[in-house]
Parts: sequence; structure tokens; C-alpha cells
Amino acid sequence: MDETVHQFPAYRGDSHDHHDAHAHHDPGFWAKYIFSTDHKIIGIQYGFTALCFLLFGLFLMLMMRWQIAHPGQPIPLFGPLLEKVLGNVQAPNGTISEDLYNSFGAMHGTIMVFLGVVPLAFAAFGNYVVPLMIGAPDMAFPRVNMASYQAYFLGGLVMLVSFFIPGGAAQAGWTSYSPLATSIPTEGQLFWIIGMILLITSSLLGAVNFIATIIQLRAPGMTWMRLPFFVWAQFVTAFLLLLAFPPLEAAAIMQLMDNVAHTSFFLPTGLAIGGHLAHISGGGSPLLWQHLFWFLGHPEVYVLILPAMGIVCEIIACNTRKPIWGYKSLVYSVLAIGFLSFIVWAHHMYLTGMGTAISTFFQTTTMAVSIPSVIILTCFFISLWGGAIRFNTPMLFVLAFLPMFGIGGLTGLPLGFNESDIHLHDTYYVIAHFHYVVAPGTIFALFAGIYYWFPKMTGRKMNEFWGRAHFWGSFIFMNVVFQPMFAQGMAGMLRRMSNGGANYSAAVNAQNGLDVIGGLSPFIMSLNTWILWGAVALGIVQIPFIVNVFWSIKHGEKAGDNPWHSTTLEWQTPTPPPHGNFAAPPRIYRGPYEYSVPGHEPDFMPQNEPEISPALPKISPVPAAH
Amino acid sequence: MEIPYTVQARPDTGIYNAKVGIWLFLASEVMLFGGLFSAYVLLRVGADPGTWPHGWQNVTLGTANTLVLALSAVTTLMAWVACKVGQFGKFKFFHACTLLLALTFLCIKMFEYHDHLTHYEIHLADGRIADGHMMENDLQKDYVTIDGRYVSDESALIDLRAQKDIKETELKIPRSEIKDMQNYGPWHNDYLALYFTMTGLHALHILGGSIVIGYLWGPGRKMWKTDPQRFTNRVEVSGLFWHFVDLVWIFLFPVLYLT
Amino acid sequence: MSDSHPVDFNSYVRRCAFIFTAVICAVGLMVCVSYLPHYGWPAKVAMILAVASCNAFLVAGFLMHLLSEKKMIYTLLAFTVFFVIGLVGLTVFAMNDFPTGTQTH
Repeated sequence: MDETVHQFPAYRGDSHDHHDAHAHHDPGFWAKYIFSTDHKIIGIQYGFTALCFLLFGLFLMLMMRWQIAHPGQPIPLFGPLLEKVLGNVQAPNGTISEDLYNSFGAMHGTIMVFLGVVPLAFAAFGNYVVPLMIGAPDMAFPRVNMASYQAYFLGGLVMLVSFFIPGGAAQAGWTSYSPLATSIPTEGQLFWIIGMILLITSSLLGAVNFIATIIQLRAPGMTWMRLPFFVWAQFVTAFLLLLAFPPLEAAAIMQLMDNVAHTSFFLPTGLAIGGHLAHISGGGSPLLWQHLFWFLGHPEVYVLILPAMGIVCEIIACNTRKPIWGYKSLVYSVLAIGFLSFIVWAHHMYLTGMGTAISTFFQTTTMAVSIPSVIILTCFFISLWGGAIRFNTPMLFVLAFLPMFGIGGLTGLPLGFNESDIHLHDTYYVIAHFHYVVAPGTIFALFAGIYYWFPKMTGRKMNEFWGRAHFWGSFIFMNVVFQPMFAQGMAGMLRRMSNGGANYSAAVNAQNGLDVIGGLSPFIMSLNTWILWGAVALGIVQIPFIVNVFWSIKHGEKAGDNPWHSTTLEWQTPTPPPHGNFAAPPRIYRGPYEYSVPGHEPDFMPQNEPEISPALPKISPVPAAH
Repeated sequence: MEIPYTVQARPDTGIYNAKVGIWLFLASEVMLFGGLFSAYVLLRVGADPGTWPHGWQNVTLGTANTLVLALSAVTTLMAWVACKVGQFGKFKFFHACTLLLALTFLCIKMFEYHDHLTHYEIHLADGRIADGHMMENDLQKDYVTIDGRYVSDESALIDLRAQKDIKETELKIPRSEIKDMQNYGPWHNDYLALYFTMTGLHALHILGGSIVIGYLWGPGRKMWKTDPQRFTNRVEVSGLFWHFVDLVWIFLFPVLYLT
Repeated sequence: MSDSHPVDFNSYVRRCAFIFTAVICAVGLMVCVSYLPHYGWPAKVAMILAVASCNAFLVAGFLMHLLSEKKMIYTLLAFTVFFVIGLVGLTVFAMNDFPTGTQTH
């Protein structure tokens, strides 16, 4: 076996000498950091790239919120820059034109979901932590792993480049509905489709890797029911990506054909564009695009939340110093969520004229899928009871996640019922709902994960004071930004309006002699200003976080191999873990959350710690009270 | 620590890593082609009665392609068997056959695409339609020559299965009489859009599979000397992909050519 | 490989010849069914798809060794098949269910 192809050159001279007969050759910078096949480097690559995209998405949002609160006014500070970069058709005199607003809206959604949150939650954390947690030396297919990052990077590049082409980026929303997506006479949509195909390829490769790794590379003794919940969450997420993305890829290919080859997959007969009958064959179905898009779109939102739930579980167990309540319930619930999430998608389409039979079906399955989510959240809440809670920065974010996700989830219920959705569909209520789940929901869990696993990656803790400042600022201002949107939505303010609903305001109604009561009240309109300044403050409060990340790499408080005294395997390696992670396959003896075991001295028992030697005094069995 | 189970099977699952990986990937491919087939079902069921074409494909060529692919699936399996019994010479022979059959498939496909793209439907000023293959389209001349027929209505062009003995003659059509001219590309109607997209994506998969098998047959065969078991696994895994591509065609052929 | 049982080259040759013959017959049958004069298209489509499914079963079962595969692969494929049926079935159902009085044809 010694002559086998040397798959992954060792890059740490001080690591355990497991490549025996081979001479260690230190790969150069490019092989080590750019074209690495090591899951930890790839995880960090994903994480860093995703955080950059999240920041970019934040900027897009800030500019949109300015336009909403002050329609037609030049953006302070960034206006001239915008005009210089994008030209004075899209950004005349430093203002945001309506087309540019639509571009920002579409790309904010696309970038945050596909380039920001999913790569960070699934690919970055998953890549770094999952092989360590299961006792594996790397992912099952390291070169496929590298390819998946490169596809992601290219997809992101294509999306970014689309801002600078004539006509600008995609404008038809992150949902890219036909026929609008095919009617816009610029190339932005084409770039969007190509970017999406690259991103979908990246996700598929990653999903195959994760599932194969978790099935095949668990260390001896790591049975399915001894896996940390984070691994279960990533496993189900990978399945969602594997099976739900391809129909969207099929649809994207068909929309590409509509755009480029002038087919009519999604273009109906009799379509008129700009007042003229379109020269197409017709016969297509716009609804078909919606079905294929949302077949992915709904599992996608579970892709956004499940890794976050996994992170929350790990941090709760570690910082309450007691086992998670209801591990089995968590596992079965996450499996149920994964399965049910495939058959709820048309609750995004209640207003497309569907009949009562089919909308009742989807309403029922939608209500059903909320049950396992509630079970998971309940298990987390109960896990806090009686715990010795350590209020460090990761725990603060996790504690905030619980009620924030609760609000997000509960506000989804009126959207899941077909009748109440008639009033709420496409309003700001929807925006508030999904942002609550993703922003103070998932993103808080991701921040928690960064603070929590930072010591394993770098050997140093992040600054605790600035971590708390980051937390409190983010917590307060997330709510300032998104809470008012519920009220706006219920008052009838629609989504995607570039002037913040001014056309429908009571003031404009009064000017036009229309009924004032039907319009958006001055109070509702004034909330736009609150939201703008909340968003700006939210952006500013991220600065200490960014500085903290970079500063702490070199100057943070030094941490040992297991600073949080956690039981899971990733903390039982040297810091940072060497190439190949473990010198020999670790042996697993117990479940993932053996904290405060009665009679055992340190209040935690790592998964790979052998049983107590029989030579030591026998401990009388304590009745299981927890 | 090396990655385990790249060659030996993991005891509790009974499979080696790459096999898990390829079946996962094939599951995602089932969903991909499933998405396209669902588009086909919807567009066909939703089409107005009498507007969905029949008989627009050359069944002989399609049948030939089906048999070519089926034979290549057999040679792919035999190539793996040859590796299992250690007969590398036979492996080289069988996969050479696979590659030649793949090339044959793609050539027939190219011919079919060319045939469609040179088939024109010409709407004339007097309301008739001329339909046939373009023989001459010289821009210097003031007429086009097609080998086809005149029909009075588009509905006569839809169901070719129902029509017997279509006579095609050489027709010279003055450009001044042409109102509109379009060839049978994917833009012509949804059936052709689906045909070109589905067979096109399938052909890309044939190409990709050929490149992988070609690599194993060519530069990649070095691994046979250093790690024959792992090489055999690679042959098996790529063979599974190839069989899947054949499976897709088993459904594409009847759906697009025969119904 | 996963199983260590020895592989008999000649038995595989026989097996492949059988499968290929079966595939040729299935393809021929489908072509003939498509030309049958007395049936409408829905009936013909159903018959042809039935034969195609048998054809697929042969290729998947024998050439891809699916019939001797492990339980895990079956589980994965079962879920996939379920979701494909859900995708096609629910979408067709959705597009043919109209609120009372709104159906145009």
C-alpha cells in the first residue's frame, strides 16, 4: 500500500508521523492554503468567503433601506461612489434608480441565502467540525471537497461580476419568476442563472461528501445514537441539499433556454411584453417555474435553520453542564423535518389560483412540519432547566436564538394557513417572519459558533467584552429593524416597493382624493425611518466583531485544547488539529453529552475517554435523576 | 491517519466509500431528470388538445441509439468483470468498445439535431405553409428551395404518425412570398424545447461519462499496477454512472420518440 | 471490493447476453406498441411506460447490481423515488385543481 497515490501531503511537520515511509515535503503556499484538500482549511475558506458575502449583503440592505426611508434622495457617503462604479443610469446623482433597487433586492436575497448563510452554516462549520466530531481523518472525498469550494467561489464571482455588466445584476427577485425573468432585456438574469448552476453544483458535491463521510467514517464506537446533534443536523441538511436542489437546477436550465434559445418553457401563449405580443412559441407555464423553484425553496429554508439548531444544541449542553434533554426526540424530530419539508412547498403559492383541495393538502403538511420544530425548541428550553449556565458570549447568542427563533417560527403560522395568507402574502409581514428566523435566528447561532469554535481553530479565545458588546448591539438592533415590519405588513405594506410604499400612503391617497383609511398611515410610514437607523446601528455594531476576529487570532487570550471543557471529539485533539486529525482512530465509549455525571470528578466525560479502570474504588450506582 | 474504507468495505454498511458517494450522486441525478420529466408531463398534459406533436422523430435512428447505449452498458459491466478477474487486456478491449459506442451515440445525435435544424416551416403570404428540409438558401438568390410539401394549416403538421405517405417534392419559394420562416429548433414549440433540452443534457452526461471512462482507459490505467483493487472500484463506480445514463435514455426514448 | 466472492467471467458473459437480448425485445415491443392502430394515445403511453419500466428494472437490477445491493442504498433510493413521485404528482394535482368556477377549459 505504500506506493499508493499520495493523496494529501502532510503540511504539519510536527504532526504525528502517520505517513511513515514517506518523506514529509512541505507544500507551498498555494497547495497548503488555496488548493488545499484538508477539510479544516476548506472550512475556513468557506467561512471567510461567506462572511465577506454576508457583509456585502448587509451593505446592499443598508442602501435599500435608505431608498425606502428617503426615496429619490442621494445616499450619504456612498452615493458618489455608487454613481462612479455603476454609472448614472443605475445610480443617477448618487440615488438608487428603481431598476437598481430591484437589482439590490434580488441580489441581497440571493447573496445572503446562497452565498452567505448556507455556505457558512453548512459548508464552513460542517467541513471544519463534522469530521472531527465523528473521529474521521478528513472528509470521505477530499478532492471533491476542494472542487465544491471552487465551484462556490466561481459562482460567487459570477454573481458579483453581474453588478458591473451593462444593465446590471438580476432584477427579478431571488425567486427569478418567469416571465419577468425572461422579459428583462439585460444579461443580469443570465449571469444569475449561471451563478446558480455553479452554486448548486457546489452544494451537490458538498452534500454527497457530508453524507458519505457521516455514514462511512464514524470512528469505532461512534454509533448513530452517540453522534452529537450537530452531526445529525448536518446529515439531514445534506440530504435536503442533495435531493431538493436538482429540480431547481432543471428549472434553471429551462429558464436559461428560455433566455438564450428563446424557448417557451415558462412563457404562456399570448404573452405580451411592452405592449407587443412576444415572438415566442408559447404553450409554457409560469406556474411550472414556481413549482420547481419552491420544491427547492422550501427545503432550502430548513437548510438555513438546521445547522444553526445543531450549533445551539452543542453550546447549550456545554454551557449548562448537563446532558441535553430529549436527545432521541431531537433526532427523530430532525429526521421528520427533513422528510416533511419536501411536501410543503406550495404554501409559497397560495395566491396562484390553486383550488381548495390542493391548498388544504399543503396547509396540512405545513402545520405538520411545524410540530417537530416546536419539539426541538422545547427540548432546548427544557435543557436549560436546572443547568449551571455559563453566560459567555456563545451562550448569550444561543439564549437569544431561542426566543427569536420562537417569534420567527410562530409568526410563520398565519402564513402557513391558506386563508390568513391571502391577507399577508407578499407583505412586509413575510419579510419580518423569515428575517426573524434567519437573522436573529440562524445568524445568531452562527455568531455563537464562531465564538465557540474560534479557540479550536486558532488556540485563542475571542475578546469577551467586545463579544458581549457585539451581542447586545446586534440583539437590540435586530429587533428594532424587524419588529416594526410585522405591523407594516399587517397594515398592508407590500414587499419590493422601491419607494417604501409612498404610492399607497394615506398622505398620497388624500392628495389624490382617495379614501385615507385604505392607505398606509403616517405612523406606519414613519417606521421606515426607525428601521433605517436600526439597520445602520446594526451594521456599525458588527465592526467590533470583525475587528475582534482578526485581532484575537494574534492577541486573544490563549486557550488550551479544550477551553470550554466540552465532551465532543473535536475538543479532544491538539489545537489546531493536525492534518489527519487523529494519530489513530479514536475509540468512542459514550454519548455526546455526558456532563455532570454523578460521582465523576471533572464535570464532563469526553466521548473517547476510556471507562474508569476497575482498580479504582467502585462507585455505587446513583439513580438516574436527570 | 489515512481515510479508511476507500477500498475495503466498512463492516456495518458493507460498502466502500466511493460506492456510497456515487449512489448519492445518482439519487440527485434522478431528481434532476425527474424535474425535467415533470416539466414534460405538465407541459404535455396542459397543452391544448391536438397541439402536441407526434412522429416528429426518426424512430429508426432512436432505436439504433437505444441499442448502441444498451450494448455499451453491457461492455461497461464486462470491463469491470475483467478487472475483477484480473484480465487487464480484456478490460482495455471492453472499455474501448464502450468509448466507440458512446462516440456512435453522439454522432447519431448530432445527425438528428442537424436534421431538425435544417427542417423549416415557412409561412407564406397567401396563408399556406411550406414545410420541409432546406436544400438551398442562397442570399444572393430571390428564392429558397426546400424538399417538402405545402399544407393549408399548421394542424396538418402536428401528428405525422396519423398521416400516411407524405409526399415530399422540391419546392422553389420566392422570398417575396415568405411571411415568416422558422426552423425546427427548441424555439419552435415546447415539444422541441423539451426534446433538445432533455436529450442535450443527456448528451452532456454521455460526454462527461466518456471523459471519465476515457481517463480510466487511458492515463488513469497506471493505478492498475499500483492498486488494482482501488482501480477496479473506480471502474465499478464510473460504470454505475454510465448505467444510470443508459437508464435515463431508456425513458427518454419512448417518451420523446414513440409517444 | 465489498464482497469477496470470486467472479466468474463466463457466467457474466451469459448474463449480459441474456440482458441485452431482453433489452432488444423490450425496445422492439415498445416500438410496435407505438404503431398500434386501435388504441388512443393515453393507453399507448401507459403500455409503453410499463414496458420501459421493465426495461429499466433489468438494467438497474442486473447491470447495476441493484438486486444484490445493501439495505442502505435501497433506503436512499426509496426516499428518492418517493420525492420524485411527490414532485410530479403534487405538481400535476396542483395545476389541475381550480377554485370552483375559475377553470377556463
